Amino acid sequence: MKEITCEEIIAAVKEICITANYDLGEDVEQAFQHFLQREASPTGKKIFLQLLENASIAREESVPMCQDTGAAVTFIELGQGVRITGGYLEDAINEGVKQGYTEGYLRKSMVKHPWNRENTGDNTPAIIHTRIVPGDTLKITVAPKGGGSENMSAVKMMVPADGLEGIKKFVIDQIVEAGPNPCPPIIVGVGVGGNFEKCALLAKETLLRPIGSSNPDPELQALEEELLDSANKLGIGPLGLGGTTTALAIHIKVHPCHIASMPVAVNINCHASRHKSVIL
Amino acid sequence: MEDKILTPPLTDEQAASLKVGEQVYFTGTIYTARDAAHKKLVDLITAGEPLPFDLTGQVIYYVGPSPAKPGKPIGSAGPTTSYRMDAYTPKLIENGLKGMIGKGSRDQTVIDAMVKNKAVYFAAVGGAAALIAKTVTKAEVIAYPELGPEAIFKLEVEKLPVIVVNDVSGEDLYELGKKQYARN
Repeated sequence: MKEITCEEIIAAVKEICITANYDLGEDVEQAFQHFLQREASPTGKKIFLQLLENASIAREESVPMCQDTGAAVTFIELGQGVRITGGYLEDAINEGVKQGYTEGYLRKSMVKHPWNRENTGDNTPAIIHTRIVPGDTLKITVAPKGGGSENMSAVKMMVPADGLEGIKKFVIDQIVEAGPNPCPPIIVGVGVGGNFEKCALLAKETLLRPIGSSNPDPELQALEEELLDSANKLGIGPLGLGGTTTALAIHIKVHPCHIASMPVAVNINCHASRHKSVIL
Repeated sequence: MEDKILTPPLTDEQAASLKVGEQVYFTGTIYTARDAAHKKLVDLITAGEPLPFDLTGQVIYYVGPSPAKPGKPIGSAGPTTSYRMDAYTPKLIENGLKGMIGKGSRDQTVIDAMVKNKAVYFAAVGGAAALIAKTVTKAEVIAYPELGPEAIFKLEVEKLPVIVVNDVSGEDLYELGKKQYARN
C-alpha cells in the first residue's frame, strides 16, 4: 500500500485551486489565436485580443482571470493501492479549497442553502466526484466552474426514436437558447447515454479534454466537428455580439443505456475553461 | 474619432443620444449590485423606505468582484449575467436608474421599461475581469457587507469600456449581431 497523507492532499488542492484561476490553459489560448485569425467580425476579433490580454494580466499579476472563480468541482481518481492517512479524503479536499480560495484572493461563491442563500465564506463545500481506479497514485483535478455558464446547461431525457438527429437538435437548441449569456465562445460538453445523473457527469468530464484534441472514437470526432461547424454558423459570436466563433469546441462522451432511454446532457463552459490536475 | 465618455448621473438626453452598438466609456462613480442586493433594493422601494444611494440618473454594474489583493482597490471585476436581475430591474428604472452594465440578454419587461423611461443597457467584456479591474480606481462597500461579493460597492472608474446593447428605441445588439453573421 502506498500512503498519501491528508497534508499532501490539502497542499495540492490549495495550489491547483489558485493556478487554475490565474493561469489560463495553453489549449484555450491556442484556440483564441486560432479563431482570432478566422473570426469575421471586427468586434469579435477585438474581443479575442482583449481575452488574450486579460489572460496575460492574470498570469503576470497573479490575479484571477475571471471574478467568478467558480464552484470548486473536484475529480478524484484514487488508485486502489493507495491508503490515505491523517484524516478523511473529502475533509482534506475541502480544507485545500478553503485555503486556496482564501489565500489566493479568489471569490467565495458558495451559499449554504439554495434558497436561504447565506454565503459559506470560504467557497466550500467542493463538489467532489470520486472514482476508484487501478494503481497506486491519487490524481486530483480541480475545475472551477462559473455560475453563468452552468446556468445555461440542461439535461433532456430523450427516447430512442429521437435518434442522432434529435441529439444534434437538442445541442444546437441549447447553444441558441444560451445566446450571449454564458460568455461565448463556449466549450460544450455533451454526455449521451447512461441515465439521468450519468449523462450529466459525462458532459462535465468531457469538458476536461484539451481543446483541439481528437476524440478517440472516429464517429464521435466527426460528430463533434459537424456540431462545431453548425454552432459557428449561428452568428452568436464572441460574447454574443455577432460573429463566426460561437464555440471553441464541442466534446462528446457516450455510455451504454437502458433500452427505453436516451438521456442527453449539455454542459456549457464559458471561454475561461479552467482546470488543473496533480498526481500524488 | 474621440472616445465618448459618460459620467453619471446621466440625463434623459444623454441616455437618448446613445445608439445600439456604440462603444462608450464610463468615468466617475457607478454602483454594483447583483441578485441579492437587487431584491433588497426592491423590497425597500415597495416598503417606501430610503435606498442606500439615490438612483436618479445612476448606473448599476452587475458584478461580484473577487477580493482585492493588498494595495489594490479591487479584485477581478467582470460582468455577471444580467437576466437574473430582470425581475427587479423595471422597478429600479421606474425609480430613476438610467443605465445597467452586465452581459447577456434582457427580457421584454426590461426593454419596455428602458424605452418608456429612457434607460440604456450596456455590455462589458464578459470574462475580461483582470483587464476591467484596471479601470477601477476606488471601491467602497456602501451597503449589505454581509452579502460578501454581493454587497453594494460604490466604484470610481476611469474609462471602463462598454458597448450599448439596448438603446432607448428598444433595439437589441445581440439580435442585430446574430442576424448579421448567421449563415444558412
